[in-house]
Amino acid sequence: MTTTLQALLDTGPIAINLGLRGFAESLKNQGAPVVHVTWEPPAEIDADLASLLDTLI
Amino acid sequence: MGNGRGSVISDVAIRRNRYYDSVFLMSVAGRLAKLPGIEDAAAVMATANNRKMLLDLGFDPAGLREATANDLVLALRGEREAVRSVFDDLDSHLVRNEDAVSSISAPSLREALEEQPASNVALVSVPGRYAAREAHAALDAGLNVFLFSDHVAVEDELALKRKAAQAGLIVMGPDCGSAIVAGIGLGFANVVRRGPIGVVASSGTGLQEFTCLVHRAGSGISHALGTGSRDLTDAVGGLSTLAALRALELDRETRAIVVLSKPPGAGALGSLLAALASCAKPTVVCLLGLAADALPRGPRPLVARTLDEAAAMALRAVGASDLSEVQSAVDVRRWVGAEAERMTSEQLYIRGLFAGGTFCYQAQQILRDLGMTASSNAPLPGMHGWVEGETCCEHTLVDMGADEFTEGKPHPMIDATQRSAHVLAVGEDATAAVLLLDVILGYGAAQDPAGDLADAIRGARAGAERRGGHLAVIASVCGTDGDPQGLEGQEATLRDAGALVCASNAQATSAACELVGRLAGNREAK
Repeated sequence: MTTTLQALLDTGPIAINLGLRGFAESLKNQGAPVVHVTWEPPAEIDADLASLLDTLI
Repeated sequence: MGNGRGSVISDVAIRRNRYYDSVFLMSVAGRLAKLPGIEDAAAVMATANNRKMLLDLGFDPAGLREATANDLVLALRGEREAVRSVFDDLDSHLVRNEDAVSSISAPSLREALEEQPASNVALVSVPGRYAAREAHAALDAGLNVFLFSDHVAVEDELALKRKAAQAGLIVMGPDCGSAIVAGIGLGFANVVRRGPIGVVASSGTGLQEFTCLVHRAGSGISHALGTGSRDLTDAVGGLSTLAALRALELDRETRAIVVLSKPPGAGALGSLLAALASCAKPTVVCLLGLAADALPRGPRPLVARTLDEAAAMALRAVGASDLSEVQSAVDVRRWVGAEAERMTSEQLYIRGLFAGGTFCYQAQQILRDLGMTASSNAPLPGMHGWVEGETCCEHTLVDMGADEFTEGKPHPMIDATQRSAHVLAVGEDATAAVLLLDVILGYGAAQDPAGDLADAIRGARAGAERRGGHLAVIASVCGTDGDPQGLEGQEATLRDAGALVCASNAQATSAACELVGRLAGNREAK
């Protein structure tokens, strides 16, 4: 689905968090919906190849 | 293996393909450093910069040679038995307190979207080299992006912001520390009342100080949108600033809009002023560091020199009370007179040690507007450069959140260790008259930032007394009564340590200038 900045301001954040877990916890403590992605870095491959893969997948 | 030095050794342990975020690793290093027999501990992902840092610290090059950015390195210096004991039981030191992490988790962005299809924003704080890729994926999924990561290439920033503009989305960042959307703080943010004032800011601590001042004056914030530190450079052209302005102009709750930034590029400044002039709502602009006469003073936009002035103008624009409620409660003039009496004739200078880069910038501007010069590691035009380790020989204002202090080490908003050491050193500096500090509260910041500095403040003051002088300490707390740390208690802790607590960084800086002005006058009179 597509949202816009205006919809974000009207609705308030419904968030997906990639990275620092503390940010997800802060959102949760403020009562905002959040899903935390248990992110890990991709395997060491060339950045151009990664970009090409992204366009192919 | 390690370099033995009597019973003290330095050694590293590597865990291949084990990723942990930097905040968690800092907490691990902090815990390890407190173990008996351990002198120094680092826990980092083995990026090129971190490997170099460990080599510089004297850790074994052979052990680090094959480590990559996807590998975890633990580096320890201490008694042989203590180091061995940690390495023998390494995994037990890498356990998270999972009880504290109770938000819903998903293994990928795609699955997170399946879990929560109504998502409208992604917070991205992964290491910089991966951040653009994740932000593109979020935009492609129709999400706005809060991009906390730094070290993102400007070409990537431009590509992301163009993609967002085409989709009616925004990229807040990269290097965006703070935002408030509909009363909810993203990243580092204070707990402020909702209200009629909208904010667009390329500076994180600028956004925090402004929103706190508005809250403390009794009004509130509709939304405060960060844009990233480079947004108003000519390379990026203010794409996120302009998108945020348009959105706030349409937002029903917002009745006045304030833009906070360092000086923009010439082209971006033109676009910004045109957008502000044609905005249907009252607008205020505060471009910290810009020369006082660089912008024409007029009704559209109103031009503020300081964050306090911007807050006062915005409050007036929405018909709220002014900033008079947010003033330092003490008689500064009387305080200045009493402090000056106790100082030696050598004591003439301000030493500012800031956690917030914007506070360092604003303090320099206030000095410059008074005709004073200072040295800084982040100098404004007209100020002198200063690098870590250099002797301070005039007013010196240091941004302790700058890269040279935070490469591989926690930011002073999270950990006061480095700043405390610098505070103590000011007590040994015979020419230092006043120590100027900021303390930043809110989500993301340390649990007791004033308490973390209090012993160092006492120590610095005691050091000055031992030399027959007296060190004045002036602090301001960027925070509110709603913040998890509590404004009142944090201010009381600073007062107990002997600091004069002012209501804002601008007021604290002005008090420091008044004191050193008095000292210079006293010296001339003699």
